[in-house]
Amino acid sequence: MSTVLYDTPGPKARRNTLIASVLIGLALLAVVVVALLKLNEQDQLSELKWGPLVNPGNPIFPLVWASIGEAAVNTLVAAGWALVFSLIVGTVLAMSRVTAARWYRWLVVGLMELLRGLPVVIMIFFASRVLPNYGLGLDNVWYLVIGLTLYNSVIIAEIIRAGIASLPSGQLEAGLSIGLTRWQALRLIQLPQAFRAMLPALISQLVVVLKDTSLGFIVLYEELVRRANILVQDPQMQNPLQMFLIIAALFVLTNWLLSKLAEWVERRLSSRTAAKADPAAIPGTYASATGGAAI
Amino acid sequence: MRSRRILAALLAAGLTVTLTACGGGASRSAVILSGATVDTAATFEPDSTMARLKAAGKVTIGTKWDQPLFGQKGLDGKPGGFDVEVGKIVAAKLGLRADQIEWKEAPSKFREEIIERKDVDMVIATYTMNATRKKRITFSGPYYTAAQDLLVKRDNTTITGPDSLRPTKARVCSVAGSASAENVLKYIDAKQLVKFDVYSKCRDALRVGQVDAMTTDNAILAGYLSQSPTAFKLLGTPFTKEPYGIGISRGDVKFCEFIHQVMVDAAKNGTYQKAWTETAGKFNKAIPTLPEFDSCA
Amino acid sequence: MNVIIDNIDLFWDGLLGTLMICAYAAVGSLVLGVVLGIFRVSPVPPLRWIGQAWVTVFRNCPLTVVLFFCAFGLPELGVDFPDFYLWVGILGLVLYTSAFVCEAVRSGINAVQPGQAEAARAIGLTFTQSLGLIILPQALRTVVPPLGSVLIAMVKNSALVGAFGVGGELFATVDTLTSARGLPLIPVLVGVAIGYLIITLPAGALLGLLERKVAIAR
Repeated sequence: MSTVLYDTPGPKARRNTLIASVLIGLALLAVVVVALLKLNEQDQLSELKWGPLVNPGNPIFPLVWASIGEAAVNTLVAAGWALVFSLIVGTVLAMSRVTAARWYRWLVVGLMELLRGLPVVIMIFFASRVLPNYGLGLDNVWYLVIGLTLYNSVIIAEIIRAGIASLPSGQLEAGLSIGLTRWQALRLIQLPQAFRAMLPALISQLVVVLKDTSLGFIVLYEELVRRANILVQDPQMQNPLQMFLIIAALFVLTNWLLSKLAEWVERRLSSRTAAKADPAAIPGTYASATGGAAI
Repeated sequence: MRSRRILAALLAAGLTVTLTACGGGASRSAVILSGATVDTAATFEPDSTMARLKAAGKVTIGTKWDQPLFGQKGLDGKPGGFDVEVGKIVAAKLGLRADQIEWKEAPSKFREEIIERKDVDMVIATYTMNATRKKRITFSGPYYTAAQDLLVKRDNTTITGPDSLRPTKARVCSVAGSASAENVLKYIDAKQLVKFDVYSKCRDALRVGQVDAMTTDNAILAGYLSQSPTAFKLLGTPFTKEPYGIGISRGDVKFCEFIHQVMVDAAKNGTYQKAWTETAGKFNKAIPTLPEFDSCA
Repeated sequence: MNVIIDNIDLFWDGLLGTLMICAYAAVGSLVLGVVLGIFRVSPVPPLRWIGQAWVTVFRNCPLTVVLFFCAFGLPELGVDFPDFYLWVGILGLVLYTSAFVCEAVRSGINAVQPGQAEAARAIGLTFTQSLGLIILPQALRTVVPPLGSVLIAMVKNSALVGAFGVGGELFATVDTLTSARGLPLIPVLVGVAIGYLIITLPAGALLGLLERKVAIAR
């Protein structure tokens, strides 16, 4: 739609655009060159710093990448479990919020507001330091998963609730009129459609979960970021910048692929459900559903 | 339609496989560098911690994973360092081989907690014996005495010792939750202290000049100095004494005395010294003598 | 409970520290985010690419990694200023949050009826004029709710800057009180949690009100 903002450029506008583009390109190039020169001056571009990460001939290259690979699996495992549990808990929360009688709805809403108002770090910290005091000693990964689940289940509950709200009211009414109970109508008619409509938002949430596994350092879980931190302590590996550049690239690539997947799913689904696939299109749910999930 | 779905599934599976394929870490058998022999014939009083560990065929030891020279997880995933070798010496006397030790990470903040919770049988992790900690756990040791010192840039002439930190308004780096960060507050204002989660970040901050000094135990600083002798200098003006002990469950006097005896024997038969020369001693030639024993109370 | 009352001054300082960091970071990320949002719809291709790349990188990278590069990458480039780690922490938050602000602004611009832009062009306004006078004022109005959510999320994210040498922020008080003063963890953690709720809950409620107002106005 951005093309609506300006007329199709004529010859003069095209020339101006070209000049601006070249100038900006040159400025960017200059920034990159200066940065590279500075980095070279600080000996940040040497084989010593990059070899272990990018040169397969380097003696420690296999060890380093084996270690990074192991940590990548750890990251995926934690994110996977967190997403599965968040989906389960989130669905339960959404359903109880929709069907709850007035006298205890405030309890569900209050709990959700509380969990949404706190930083994830606090929840992970809380899980890892409080649960063991009550005899629940678990592997590190589970504290991370619990902390991430506490936070994300609330957001997923909001996504699902927005999905239910986006369905035309006729869906529920039709269900009720053929004699289904409120609960049955929710389970058989509304939820399946809500899930489908919300699939893109749920995939985007996986990006958030994946990024948040990097908080595993709080519970000493060796996901990618923490493993990188440990690796660069080794005397042979004095290359924190290079190491984290690789880790950042892994994250950006994976999450970018995930968001492309979400877009693809969104396009596929847009014609196949009664709901609008984009929660942003529903007034009154944007902030709660997507805004909260965005970061 | 269907084929596209299958394609997506394949893509997802492919990604997982590629990542898993890199996951098989190299492993090598755990070696006891100090040359201590595994005492398989050792017998212990029934019901003692030693008998329990020997019978279980496994001991769980907490150590640092990011403390070069003392406890550092290597590129192959195996921990190494002086603390780790001390752990292997104790395990050997329990009749346990090095591969029967389960290593767990024990960062400064969590050490008392994991001992109290019995997540580990002992903690050997540059663990300074002090009164606060003794309220929660028991120490056997010291097995080494460090002293807190300052590492500065080689060309720094204004910082000459801890007393010069406040007048020069020096920014001092240490690790959050460590005793070093607490101790140095006697010499500087809280605003001068920069805290990170690992010492290597302090080293990097010192190298680029974002802090003027970093402070922790001299044994650790010596490790960083050895890595870049032209960039840094160790002031050699120690201002604390840091006796390192082995942390165990509070009140386990028999285990404490057993560990003490192990260390005394190790110092006599040379394994203690060899543990040092094979690890921290590679950078720090002065071989320590076993410090005088503190009580197990 | 006593732990919280006895150390209320420290909790208060932490709360102020967090508010201060977040105030700077909010201004920074709003300005930068709006600029990037304009980049993304601009007629000049390289500007669009910059906006696109910015969002792709900072939205997909964990905040801890972004903070790491600010704290340890910038000095290698010779960047230096007083109170380095404080500003670097704020900078990290700004870089990260601006990507989300940018996306919110862009979707806001896209949500403005195409007729508005067409009308603006029809009466002869240039790109800058139609954007500044017609589109952005309407877009910003619709993006108030998502922007609010992004900023609330930023407050929560600010708990991470403490790990990068920034002192005096709310989450860092946990460390000060438990390791330096040896206080039990649970009440300290509860105190800090209350501190965050003091900021986020009213902000959320305010946002709900705004959201309703904007919804009526449309």
